[in-house]
Amino acid sequence: MSGKTCLVCLGTGCVSAGADQIYEDLRQEVSRLGLSDVTVDFTGCHGCCQCGPIVVVEPEGIFYSQVTTEDVHEIVEFHLRDGKPVKRLFYHDPVTNEAIAHYRDIMFYSKQQRAVLLNCGHINPENIDDYLEAGGYQALRRVLLELHPEQVIDEVKRSELRGLGGAGFPTGKKWEACLKVLGEKKYVICNADEGDPGAFQDRSVLEGDPHSVLEGMIIAGYAVGAKEGYIYVRAEYPLAVKRLQIAIAQARESGFLSKNILSSGFDFDIDIFQGAGAFVCGESTALVLSLEGKRGMPNPLPRPRTTEVGLKDKPTLLNNVKTFANIRWIINKGADWFASIGTEKSKGSAVFSLTGKIENCGLIEVPMGITLREIIFDIGGGIPEGKVFKAVQTGGPSGGCLPASLLNVPVDFDSLTTAGSMMGSGGMVVMDDSTCMVDVARYFLEFTEKESCGQCSLCRLGSSQMLGILRAISEGKGKIEDIDILIELGEAIKIGSLCGLGQSAPNPVITTIRYFRDEYEAHIYEKKCPALVCKDLISYHILPDKCNACMICLRNCPVEAIKGGKKEVHVIDQDKCNRCGVCISVCPKRFSAVECIPGRLIEGGLK
Amino acid sequence: MIEKVIFTIDGVEVTANKGDTIIKAALEQGIYIPHLCYHPDLKPFGGCRLCVVEIEGRGLTISCKALVEEGINVVTENPEISKMRRVAAELLIVNHYTDCLQCAKNTECKLQEIAARIGIEEGRLQRLKRGTRNISIDYSNPFFIRDHNKCVLCGICVRTCDEIQGISSIDFTFRGHETKVSTFKDKPILESTCESCGECVVRCPVGSLVPKEVHKPSYEVKTICPYCGCGCGIHLGVRAGRVVGVQGDRESPVNQGELCVKGRFGYTFINHPDRLTTPLIRRNGRLEEASWEEALDLVASSFQEVQEKYGPESLGGLSSARVTNEDNYLFQKLLRSIGSNSVDCCARLCHAATVVGLATTTGSGAMTNPISDIEECKTILVVGSNPSSNHPIVNYRIRRAVKKGSRLIVIDPLRIPLAEIADVYLQHKAGTDVALFNGMMAVILREGLVDRNFIAQRTNGFEYLQEFIMERYSLDSVSEITGVPVKDIEQAARLYATASSASIFYCMGVTQHTCGTENVLALINLAMATGNFGKPHTGVNPLRGQNNVQGACDMGCLPHVLPGYQPLHSDCTTYWQRLACKEDEGAAELITALEFDFYGKSPQAVPAGKVSDHIRTKFSKAWGVELSDIPGRTINDMFHPNPGRWCKALYIMGENPLISSPDLQHVREAIESLDFLVVQDIFLTEVAQMADVVLPAASFAEKEGTFTNTERRVQRIHRAIQPVGQSKPDWEIIQAIAQKLNLPWKYQSPKEIWDEMRQLTPHYFGGMSYERLEEQGLQWPCPTEEHPGTLIMHHKSWCGEENRFSRGIGQFSTVDYRPLATERPDADYPFVLTTARKLYQYHTRSMTGRVEGLNELLNEERLQINPMDAKKLRINTEDRVRVTSARGSVETSVEITDLVPVGVVSMSFHFAKSAANVLTNPAVCSMSVTAELKVSTVNIEKIERRGVPK
Repeated sequence: MSGKTCLVCLGTGCVSAGADQIYEDLRQEVSRLGLSDVTVDFTGCHGCCQCGPIVVVEPEGIFYSQVTTEDVHEIVEFHLRDGKPVKRLFYHDPVTNEAIAHYRDIMFYSKQQRAVLLNCGHINPENIDDYLEAGGYQALRRVLLELHPEQVIDEVKRSELRGLGGAGFPTGKKWEACLKVLGEKKYVICNADEGDPGAFQDRSVLEGDPHSVLEGMIIAGYAVGAKEGYIYVRAEYPLAVKRLQIAIAQARESGFLSKNILSSGFDFDIDIFQGAGAFVCGESTALVLSLEGKRGMPNPLPRPRTTEVGLKDKPTLLNNVKTFANIRWIINKGADWFASIGTEKSKGSAVFSLTGKIENCGLIEVPMGITLREIIFDIGGGIPEGKVFKAVQTGGPSGGCLPASLLNVPVDFDSLTTAGSMMGSGGMVVMDDSTCMVDVARYFLEFTEKESCGQCSLCRLGSSQMLGILRAISEGKGKIEDIDILIELGEAIKIGSLCGLGQSAPNPVITTIRYFRDEYEAHIYEKKCPALVCKDLISYHILPDKCNACMICLRNCPVEAIKGGKKEVHVIDQDKCNRCGVCISVCPKRFSAVECIPGRLIEGGLK
Repeated sequence: MIEKVIFTIDGVEVTANKGDTIIKAALEQGIYIPHLCYHPDLKPFGGCRLCVVEIEGRGLTISCKALVEEGINVVTENPEISKMRRVAAELLIVNHYTDCLQCAKNTECKLQEIAARIGIEEGRLQRLKRGTRNISIDYSNPFFIRDHNKCVLCGICVRTCDEIQGISSIDFTFRGHETKVSTFKDKPILESTCESCGECVVRCPVGSLVPKEVHKPSYEVKTICPYCGCGCGIHLGVRAGRVVGVQGDRESPVNQGELCVKGRFGYTFINHPDRLTTPLIRRNGRLEEASWEEALDLVASSFQEVQEKYGPESLGGLSSARVTNEDNYLFQKLLRSIGSNSVDCCARLCHAATVVGLATTTGSGAMTNPISDIEECKTILVVGSNPSSNHPIVNYRIRRAVKKGSRLIVIDPLRIPLAEIADVYLQHKAGTDVALFNGMMAVILREGLVDRNFIAQRTNGFEYLQEFIMERYSLDSVSEITGVPVKDIEQAARLYATASSASIFYCMGVTQHTCGTENVLALINLAMATGNFGKPHTGVNPLRGQNNVQGACDMGCLPHVLPGYQPLHSDCTTYWQRLACKEDEGAAELITALEFDFYGKSPQAVPAGKVSDHIRTKFSKAWGVELSDIPGRTINDMFHPNPGRWCKALYIMGENPLISSPDLQHVREAIESLDFLVVQDIFLTEVAQMADVVLPAASFAEKEGTFTNTERRVQRIHRAIQPVGQSKPDWEIIQAIAQKLNLPWKYQSPKEIWDEMRQLTPHYFGGMSYERLEEQGLQWPCPTEEHPGTLIMHHKSWCGEENRFSRGIGQFSTVDYRPLATERPDADYPFVLTTARKLYQYHTRSMTGRVEGLNELLNEERLQINPMDAKKLRINTEDRVRVTSARGSVETSVEITDLVPVGVVSMSFHFAKSAANVLTNPAVCSMSVTAELKVSTVNIEKIERRGVPK
């Protein structure tokens, strides 16, 4: 077809912003106007979720951001019918504020190097033909018809791909180990139990390009000698589950799954298992137990590797979604090509969910070895509202928080670990100077404490003990020795915990103490929260010379803490005030009479 | 030989068994490594993190999981470990509710041990925040308390319930700091599937699970559990002359320390105020206290009177499956010495059909294989048996076997708990066992799954059986008769026949039928055809009900045999006689074998008809009396519908036929008709209340002797406390009566009785001296002092030939299904009543009825009825019903459950108030005289208002 294709992003992010209605409206509008040469279709996530809902018009590659249903008429009439793109809806560069029309010119994308995410946002994930057109299942065809399992594994080994679930174990080595275990029955499991708060890269791949994961799994099955595969995906990802179901059905129909795949004599089939949402089930042995219908609790070391004793005690190959999604590229483009990307010890690309105080929130794929600075300031567009970068946390809730001085650290498995953080599953949370690091540590620990499976004493009791101390500090009840206790507990938990969850849970606390100790000390000694976040350690104050006695704050205060009257300067009763901040938000800009200051005010002075 | 490994712990050279964990090796060497979640019985958990050690060059590891290896150097403590370990210990302590002085686990608490070993500093504890969890304590179970505020989440209880007991009624729930051990839906433990066995309570390392009754004993006495036939080793805890607790004996080969709810908690009957403490004599219609002298005189004179009036055979005795072998031996000796062979025991009501079936075809009537075999069986067939209620230790073993990969076949009209974990469950119509077993045999024959070599070398009669089955049994007809789908019959047959070892376990569901012996024979055919005899993990295994029912039979408390099943007479219609008259080769061989053992001569065929004469002569000589060869009465005769068969006087020892025998109306009439009744028991049971004289006996805890468990293991019991009140051990009472009757008995101890018995039954017990029985007991046959006892029967004949059945050649039987063998439901009595037993009660409740906690768990009969039937009859859970059969009627509460199929109802026979045996059918199996307790037709009516049916 020579005409235009209008692609609506129907990833979870854009759908939650109303993209499904936009898609419907676009179709209706196109059909109402009888634009027979225009196709309206949908795709998975583009990654730049900040810009959603996203509509892309091909073949020009015009990129519309933050589209609403009201904009549909304009896009159809002016652009699709008349060929005049709607400038108003172009992406605006956060730094230069320049309107950018084309996908390829957006910094967010131009600095990325996409393989895993290549198809995401460009093909219809519910249509296997789109995937085939994009070269899908060619790797599988080659593997099944031309290569021995050993050759496949050799290729993966030479690529030096490391597991992208977080631990970074060499994938080829794992496959080889699984192949070498003798056994009639083996399993391949795709770990799609993405539980980190703020991480959504696995989900986006499954929603945007499910066949790439299936293809990787089938190749893995062939390589290690397995005939059955499971995708362990969280039940909280209904769209991913739905698209996987569709993809599996289509793959079966097209002869890529089930019996005698591509007439090669190789059988392989995949089932979906929906996890019930326990974070710890992302750990391989807990995942296997959960898949067996038991309570997901990690099996402590020493133990045989899952490649030897896994699901139903059979040899099991377990890899992350992104690891599987990389396989077809390694087969198609060769191990050498893959190994040429990245650093000496970390090859290929890494996918991050870039979130927090950053202009371009979203999903990015970058070559290993890129610096944090490039990610945050080039791709991410820097810190919004003119605020200053303070820290970045990588690797999910138990990653460390790295300060500005470490912005030049290259992003790869080993460098991040050395800096006190980790690659993890690819969360990346950016914080600005309005972030309290004590509060951040508390927030992440709250998550891991809740998600501890409870099996081992250090993780279960240690993290809740640390959390209690952090809460006390943020409430101004911290004691001098608390920092030492936190470090002591944190180190014990790291050394002694049973599984990766416990072993990394103290990271946010330990790194924030290491890099932002002054903030802890301010909370403890001065009873002040310098970032004005911890409610117990800040005060709101009405500047008498600016107050116009307009009564607005007084009327809005939910706890009736503001005294005053007409023509009478207002005063906040600090004992009654609950630091909700309503007063500062309602005080008319022209007065700006309310200020928030660190520490607690008592009659005229700081407590 | 177990391979040894040499390595060092903190520089000390240690030798350990290959495959052991580091912590096990260390603790055995007396090297302490702190630990909380480690337990030698359980799989590693790795939760407490206290046992972390360093293996030099490899880093830290948990010693409860890491195995010993040649040459490794283990460091139990370094700065890193001690820092981490201290933190872990401190965290556990600040989150533990500490009331050590009041805590039942004080001085036995593992957390105390850790605190003491590590050295906890108060200052460091105070830096930490105390745990704030406040979880209400679960008092629901009558025997133990669950206090989560002391729980350290070591998971030992969870793993015990799962790995040891196979019940899995608890697991971890919630996450993070909220994690706790809960039942399903976090309900009180009493509302869960928990069977109150208390294994978790025993293993809990802290005060989180503690018994409600905590009286630490001042000393312990090793003995055997008085309940079911498993025969678990126990230690009775004694304080101030009272039994205050029970511990499982970890050295026992039967239970390895495990116990069930009755065994662990059901001991309070021993010192119960209801115990009989003095003899009672009926005066003016009331039982009044009397002296021993008065009572014994009255018994002796009454016996003499009755015998003079009606002949010596008019006196009958019911022996007890709960007293010792020595007591039983003396009991039958007494009766026989004064001229009556009418001595029987409750085995008549349970496994008489087994004894007939198994002994006739194989040469021995008891379990062929030991309990310790179960866990390694490849296929287990459980039929007509509910081990969950009746043989809990066997149940645990079966569950563990299934966990390890054994295949399980369950055959039962009731959906027993084991059915839930079975590979195939056949719910056949009650009373159609023969058809079902023959159907399975048809599959085995058709598919060629038989063991041809075994059949050729070791059996007789296969061709005839094959022809008979192939001709008569099509699967379609079997399916129609039994109600079991063809494919299930096929699957069960294949699972059983193709396994490299398959073992059958059965119980009353097989034997308590008018075709009971036929059922047993049909089962034996299956095992014989597939070669499942005489090898480990195979066999045909009847599970015996009471602690010494095997012993009571072995001791000759059966009317037709003397101790050791030696035939007493050759001219009555008992199975021995039938056997002898058949004149087939196998029978002759068996008789020869017995003869051989008695006289120590080489085998010499004695004419079958003469054997009993030889034996009677031997006993007459030994006992100094002339033994009668007049056939004695079975229980069935004693309470027969035809009064002509009744005795005139009865001596009942530790038995309660007024609850346990079928058709109670007739039992009562028979007892009322007696000229004289003497009952010897520990409580005033229902039948004792009708006695002329009641003699107070000592309980098992108060005497010495031996019990024989279901696997033929003879084990010593020991006196833990003095007999309560004036009660006496049964053997002393029997001897006193004998002396009053001018018999020259002078036994000083049970040992003397035992040794006399051994001399007379060398083929069974010759080698079983008390000394040899002391540790773990011995399994009969054990003919000589050198003989190690017999773990597995039928790999050697009585004559000592290898690869032979006990009787020599195994005999196939051709038994046909008889549709009219059991009652059929009709318009008047539309339901089939099948009796059963309950975990929390035992027999006629004379013991368990006096254990408060057990009554709390189950205090009344609940007729089990299917929801569809209940709906039809408009019966709700809280309703009471009247159950009526042709023989009588009782009232009972109901339990609506699909564990029973439509058209079938089930009751236990434990409760006097709703005595199921009022209803049951006294028809008997002609070969074994076992009554049809499993199929009685009844009618059920809802009682609209109390006592007033609409």
